[in-house]
Amino acid sequence: MADPVVVAVEQAHRSEWGAVLATVARLLDGDVATAEECTQEAFEAALRTWGERGIPAKPGAWLTTTARNRALDRVRREAAMRARYPDLVRDEADPDAPPGSEEDDVIVDDRLRLVFTCCHPALAPESRIALTLRLICGLRTEEIARAFLVPEPTMAARITRSKKKILAAGIPYRVPESEDLPERLDGVLTVIHLVFTAGYAGGGEQFVRVDLVERALDLARVLAVLMPREPEALGLLALLELTDARRAARLDADGRLVVLEDQDRTLWDRAAIARGEDLLARAFTTSLRTGAAPGRFLLQAAIAGAHDEAPSWAATDWPGIVMLYDRLLAAWPNPVVEVNRAVAVAFASGPQAGLDLLDVLAGREDLRSWHYLPAAQADLLRRLGRDAPAAGAYRDALGLVSDGAEREFLERRLAEVDPEADRPAPGL
Amino acid sequence: MSTKYMFLIYSDEASMSDATPEQWDQMMQAHNAWAGSVVAAGATIHGGDALAPSSTATTVRTGGASPVVTDGPFAETKEALGGFYVVECADLDQALALAHTLPADTVEVRPVIDTN
Repeated sequence: MADPVVVAVEQAHRSEWGAVLATVARLLDGDVATAEECTQEAFEAALRTWGERGIPAKPGAWLTTTARNRALDRVRREAAMRARYPDLVRDEADPDAPPGSEEDDVIVDDRLRLVFTCCHPALAPESRIALTLRLICGLRTEEIARAFLVPEPTMAARITRSKKKILAAGIPYRVPESEDLPERLDGVLTVIHLVFTAGYAGGGEQFVRVDLVERALDLARVLAVLMPREPEALGLLALLELTDARRAARLDADGRLVVLEDQDRTLWDRAAIARGEDLLARAFTTSLRTGAAPGRFLLQAAIAGAHDEAPSWAATDWPGIVMLYDRLLAAWPNPVVEVNRAVAVAFASGPQAGLDLLDVLAGREDLRSWHYLPAAQADLLRRLGRDAPAAGAYRDALGLVSDGAEREFLERRLAEVDPEADRPAPGL
Repeated sequence: MSTKYMFLIYSDEASMSDATPEQWDQMMQAHNAWAGSVVAAGATIHGGDALAPSSTATTVRTGGASPVVTDGPFAETKEALGGFYVVECADLDQALALAHTLPADTVEVRPVIDTN
């Protein structure tokens, strides 16, 4: 039987880590590295003392107070820190005392500050993701390294370097001014979306890294609560809910990839779809009120929602989806969006129309190593009954895709259009 | 608490050497206007100057047994270091915002270590 203290600490780790660290980091004037050490110590203290004294009614408040006291101890002990934070040394708070209600707003602001600091544009994109997972989600360096297929020492060095830069370069610990907010918020949402797609694309033997998907959903939920008037924050959460709703249908009983067209739609998570649709409606209403054109996360969510609403692949509102892609391209010009739009055109206006668009895109340098483009061409050629060119395109895609469920799917399709294909290729 | 930042201004040297006296005047005026906006933003300029072209640079390497003196800048690039400022700012966001408004192509912003 699981130890209830261990369970409680694990639960608190999942839900409170980022909030505790964020508050301590504010007291330390944005020193996230020291705040992280104090937070770690508070969780270790919880494991020791909750067993003796019982699990506190508000674990988050207990952890915050304990971590704050650790920070105060350091400030008192270390002369350099004492000089830096003259105002910080106050009476030590009682860890078991309930926090005042006015503290809740402060905690909310702290979490936003931490998010914007971890995703600051002065940090390299891969560092933003690593710091977000480490400092806000509390993932261990080893877990982050595994998720991004990077050796652990490399990831440890990256995280250490980024924490040092935050302090040395004077990256401020605050939510940006309103004029900078849209751009900076987009950076934060991009990090969360990348965590989600890293989880969704899986890695190594796992098709979906559920831990990363759930962390991304947690982060998106926090942001949607903290910034309820930002359509893109709502839009991102809607996109994740509406995409992740199909998770159970993406693999068959043998662990093989099932494409959207062939998915058993009764396996889709209707509650998640309802949550996503509700968020979509709120995001569009908010967007209309501000007068700004819908952003890229909101539009991608609307496309995901259009698929989720359709009773079948054939009964999908393809012209509506093409229109959404047109708006998405205007908001976010991007070759990957163009390829997806071409596929939607194929189902709205016939495979040849889509194929013509894909043929034009195939000449683009920036799409050359992306397996999805030849795979999309192969699929439309197959639908047109042009088996020989379809087989060629499947082979092109197989030359670009890495091992895993997607590779296995493309091999299955190749065997359908070219029965000779399962023979070993010469030279292999 | 504030931090001093070094703004290293990089520009295409060819366009600088081809500048007419009028263009120089315009550039000086633009820098003076920028300096005014820095003060208005509550930051402090501790120094700054334009540098002579990198063709006048000499690099001294002192690591070996005897110093090696070579003609030219440390790194030969199309965009060369052409000037600098030292500006005391509230934080990196303010420094980046001010760097963004400098009349220059590329500005590297580096915190200055407080050795006192």
